[in-house]
Amino acid sequence: MSPDTQSTTIPRHVRHGSNAGQPVSRRDGVLKVTGAATYAADNHPEGMLHAVIVPSTIARGRVRSLDVSAAKAHPGIVEVITPENRIPLHFDPNDKMPPFGFRVEVLQDDSVRYVNQPIAVVVAETLEAATEGARLLAPRYEEELPRTDLDNGERYDAEAVGVGAPAVTTAGDIDAGFAAATRVTEAEYYTPPQYHNAMEPHAVVAEWNGDHLTLDMPNQALRMSAASYAQYFGIPVENVLIRSPFLGGGFGSKAILNGPQILGILAARQVGRPVKLVLTRAQMYGPVGHRGRTWQKLRLGTDAEGKLTALHHTSIGATSSFDDFVEPAANTSLMLYASPAIRADHKGLRLDIGTPGPMRAPGEASGSAALEVAIDEAAQACGMDPLAFRLANYAETEPTSGRPYSSKALRECYEQGAASFGWSNRPLEPGTMRDENGFLVGWGMGTAVFPCPQFPAEARATLRADGTALVETGGVDMGQGAWTALAQLAAEALGLDLDQVEFHSGRSDLPDGGVAGGSGHTASAGQALSNAGSDVIAQLSEIAVNDPDSPLFGAGNIGVVAGEGRLYRRDDETRSETYAEILARAGRAELVGSGKSGRDPASADRFAMNSHGAVFAEVKVDPALMQVKVTRLVGAFAAGRVINPKLVRSQYYGGMIWGISFALQEEALADRRTGRIMNADLAEYHVPVNADVPEMEAILVPEVDPHVSPLGIKGVGEIGVTGTVGAIANAVWHATGIRVRKYPIRLEDLLARR
Amino acid sequence: MNRFDYIKPASVSEAVTEAARPGSAYLAAGTNMLDLMKVGVVGPERIIDVTGLPGLADIEWLTDGSVRIGALVRNSDLAYDTRFAETFPMVAEALLSGASAQLRNAATVGGNLMQRTRCAYFLDPASACNKREPGSGCDAREGENRLHAVIGFTEHCIAVHPSDFCVPLVALGAEVEVESLDGKRTIPLAEFHLLPGDTPHVETALRPGELITGLKLPAQAAAFSGHARYLKLRERTSYAFAVVSAAAALDMADGRIRQARIALGGVAAKPWRAEEAEASLVGAEASPSVFARAGEIALAGAHPSGSNAFKIELARRIVARALALALEGTPEAMPALPASPFSTLSGETSGVAHVA
Amino acid sequence: MSLSISLAINGRKHDVALDDPRVTLLDLLRERLDLPGTKKGCDRGQCGACTVLIDGRRINSCLTLAASLDGAEITTIEGLSDGEDLHPVQAAFIEHDAFQCGYCTPGQIMSAVGLIKEGMAGDDPERVRELMSGNICRCGAYQGITEAVLEAQRKLADREKPATGKDAA
Repeated sequence: MSPDTQSTTIPRHVRHGSNAGQPVSRRDGVLKVTGAATYAADNHPEGMLHAVIVPSTIARGRVRSLDVSAAKAHPGIVEVITPENRIPLHFDPNDKMPPFGFRVEVLQDDSVRYVNQPIAVVVAETLEAATEGARLLAPRYEEELPRTDLDNGERYDAEAVGVGAPAVTTAGDIDAGFAAATRVTEAEYYTPPQYHNAMEPHAVVAEWNGDHLTLDMPNQALRMSAASYAQYFGIPVENVLIRSPFLGGGFGSKAILNGPQILGILAARQVGRPVKLVLTRAQMYGPVGHRGRTWQKLRLGTDAEGKLTALHHTSIGATSSFDDFVEPAANTSLMLYASPAIRADHKGLRLDIGTPGPMRAPGEASGSAALEVAIDEAAQACGMDPLAFRLANYAETEPTSGRPYSSKALRECYEQGAASFGWSNRPLEPGTMRDENGFLVGWGMGTAVFPCPQFPAEARATLRADGTALVETGGVDMGQGAWTALAQLAAEALGLDLDQVEFHSGRSDLPDGGVAGGSGHTASAGQALSNAGSDVIAQLSEIAVNDPDSPLFGAGNIGVVAGEGRLYRRDDETRSETYAEILARAGRAELVGSGKSGRDPASADRFAMNSHGAVFAEVKVDPALMQVKVTRLVGAFAAGRVINPKLVRSQYYGGMIWGISFALQEEALADRRTGRIMNADLAEYHVPVNADVPEMEAILVPEVDPHVSPLGIKGVGEIGVTGTVGAIANAVWHATGIRVRKYPIRLEDLLARR
Repeated sequence: MNRFDYIKPASVSEAVTEAARPGSAYLAAGTNMLDLMKVGVVGPERIIDVTGLPGLADIEWLTDGSVRIGALVRNSDLAYDTRFAETFPMVAEALLSGASAQLRNAATVGGNLMQRTRCAYFLDPASACNKREPGSGCDAREGENRLHAVIGFTEHCIAVHPSDFCVPLVALGAEVEVESLDGKRTIPLAEFHLLPGDTPHVETALRPGELITGLKLPAQAAAFSGHARYLKLRERTSYAFAVVSAAAALDMADGRIRQARIALGGVAAKPWRAEEAEASLVGAEASPSVFARAGEIALAGAHPSGSNAFKIELARRIVARALALALEGTPEAMPALPASPFSTLSGETSGVAHVA
Repeated sequence: MSLSISLAINGRKHDVALDDPRVTLLDLLRERLDLPGTKKGCDRGQCGACTVLIDGRRINSCLTLAASLDGAEITTIEGLSDGEDLHPVQAAFIEHDAFQCGYCTPGQIMSAVGLIKEGMAGDDPERVRELMSGNICRCGAYQGITEAVLEAQRKLADREKPATGKDAA
């Protein structure tokens, strides 16, 4: 069930206000707290079978044999799909499908390129049978020595990093910059492989009806995915319907096509019945992306006043043996600090692993985890307070281009965050604060930054005879609150109360809502919805001001204002009438408007555009046992216009919590000999639990941005991770005097030096 | 999960009769067993579900002051039993530091004793593991082993026992009651779990078909109720297994230590009682230095089994700290974060003093 | 081999003929009884998404064999609200934005209901955090969850003061 289903049996959502800018509670709240919100795997079409992936347990080699007869002997097994019998696809999975296609493993041959690659699919009447059938296949392999680390992987010059970003960027003369420095600080940093681990495992329920395909699946890019599946299966795109009303978290891992979901669809085609395929938690460590590990080096030159003269950031990023996604970590250094010379360069490292992909703040998370510590180290070397050092190197214009920022309230973020945290009481020297229980106390900070892209998106708005509206876009709610924030924007444009707007989203047969990624969905789909609403109001105004029977007649040059379901004469608000009245007299059953997202291309060229923030962290460290606990986190963020402060605050909290685990917990540990991840679960791959999370504060720093888009919205989904990691690492140093440059910071890293 | 026959006996005698048939395994709450079946580590053909057995879910106080805990008493029920928690506070604290509230609501006393190691190679059927498949080797030795054993391991196995509950229990001299077709017997907990030797697959002193029916804590164990703590280092604040843990209990008289109990978790294939360290404290005046020395003695025989040397130092320190906390006295209320080094932190932001 | 069990789920009696003893309570609810509100996050007791009440106690339904539950009373997220009236925990979760994606939410809410019944947290946020730590929320809605549990607990306590108060679950 999705929120557009107007239920009369449950009370309406809790409201504090209405429309844009108000902290409205989630419109989908009742569905989510009653268990009525349907996620992909909750669907169960008539005649459905269960499909289970058989994952490889080697990282490199080929599958020599599968005991298909043993599996088939198990009661309830319907089909065992292997490279030998799988039906053909209409697109070569070893090719990359534009625009963001990744190469996928869909049983095209018997080769194995990473651990947990699907090597067979078992389809059965029950989940229990399919699961056991998969085990009974007992694969045997021809195993080759896998490349699993920096010393045995193949280093190469990446053509591009991330999603098409340059691998090398230089601004100014870096050698001259270092020559001019009175001090150079240099250090290496390591960030480990991390896995998205959305709570909802990747799933698909696929149902074929002739050449028509219906998919229930969590998906961050509905129309793009529908087009891709159409190509894979050789059917027209209009024959593919993806329903994705709710995603149980995405974080980037549900934005890109992956092998298992394609195999689920294929299995349904092959057996001629609907099929549900859900990954196990362990199977999510491989075929559905991860944050690739990085080995970074930062070199900072500073002058006698503590101003940067040169900033050189290099990063080696691990990727797979067969695809190209490299974490664009070093590019973070292009965004933040003023320096006459900056250079960012990347190399790729080929390992026998699943291809990494975008994971919440790809590039900026890993990059700022290193950069923000390097900045702290440089401040320390200069004998400066870390905030003072950052202010001394504040970039008034984009460091690499000199372009002005479309808006940048980072200074205000520093001020407000520092004031709330009490930063001015921080002693410069580390290891000098204790609490009343004797724990070491440390305070650290980091700067947060994330770009604010605008993606193509479309929307439709229909004003109905009764004066209510239907608005539609194929938007995506993976927890950020699209069901609510997008509806607020549409309601605002339509001059209607939120409850007068029926919002349809989460389906690929609606106008293209674009991609939910890059923190740009609200800005993009919201702009499209807003423009669609404005289009309807313009049409309605046209009718009213030209209708002699309307109180608005003749207001053409003066104009009308829409609000509360009425149009008002701008110069005389006593003259107004309802939308329903205007439509009724015009004999119109409805008015349909459309809108697209978009940023003024001239603004896009003229201005640098980012969201910014400052995060302040307090940690306590047991002076003997060296266990670390984050005890306070204050983040102040400026990200343009805020549509729903309640939801925005939740995004910041979530990002900051990701920062806690990046700094202190998350690391997939692969066995060097086999490439198998030995903590591919949620018990030993640690993500934060409730007890890890302190009282947090997220300050929403006002920022008006007339250039980023007509609505002035930037984006909030990812930035919270970026400053927090460094802030915590710096706080650990401040508490202990120990600089750990390898994430996560572990007990033994601190213990060994104390 | 492999197919199996499901049997739900109505009595202990029926259960032990059923279990005598080959391929059988007992199932209690299943919080560990079902997980192992799902990942393919174990595959019994016959499951004997003991959860319905009568008479095994009681906490009985015997006239001599000892307590008998039925094997099916749930972890949370035991931890929240007021008399039990007051008498054996570090056992309650250990219980509440383990797993999650949901798992504690299900997991049983008997099941906890039978908990299997968290060694990733044991849990990965594709890896060599002498415990899972005798003679196959031990992939942990050259693998990801930063959390593996530092005491009592052999080249055949370096896994650790994961239980929190068993650590204070072994310190307090608990005994395990078992029953089979051959009758009943009692096994001291200290002898219940076995070190790997060259047979790491033999993990307990249980004979085939024996069923744990209960656990006893002797009356003398109550002497420590005023000075007893369990302390557990984890890589996140809660819902995590121990990196190392320690139970420490003191029986104090006139500022001197009359007797002491110390056991360690996360260091060996069994909950590790440190009797020599205990002896070093007897008659001593409590001080940081004697506690530090007790830590040294407790880890005297320790050495790394891999990239885990840090655990030895950590274990020394945690023994000293647990003793110091025990000396301060058992807290009046269970700490908000049981067994955490941060258990003294209140929920509110505490003040910060500058010492420099 | 077929096993017959009888369960009361959300107050309704279900006689289930199990064709397979391997079926967990979680898969019974989701795949066989059309009660998919309870979620599978890890299937190994490591995340709490599958939390339900069995005989009033919160447990992980993924690690419970359905066959062993003959005679048990189960409460799932679908059975928590009283018609149109949300349970105070449900209402507080909405009010405090105690979820984002919503996938862990049924488990969080059932766990919170269990926590309040257990009565061991008092009004101490740190105890709530600790006792809610068996429910992982990857979106990081923990601050709202803690606030929601405390508020719902207060409301339930207030409600129980008059003799006419409803049962917590």
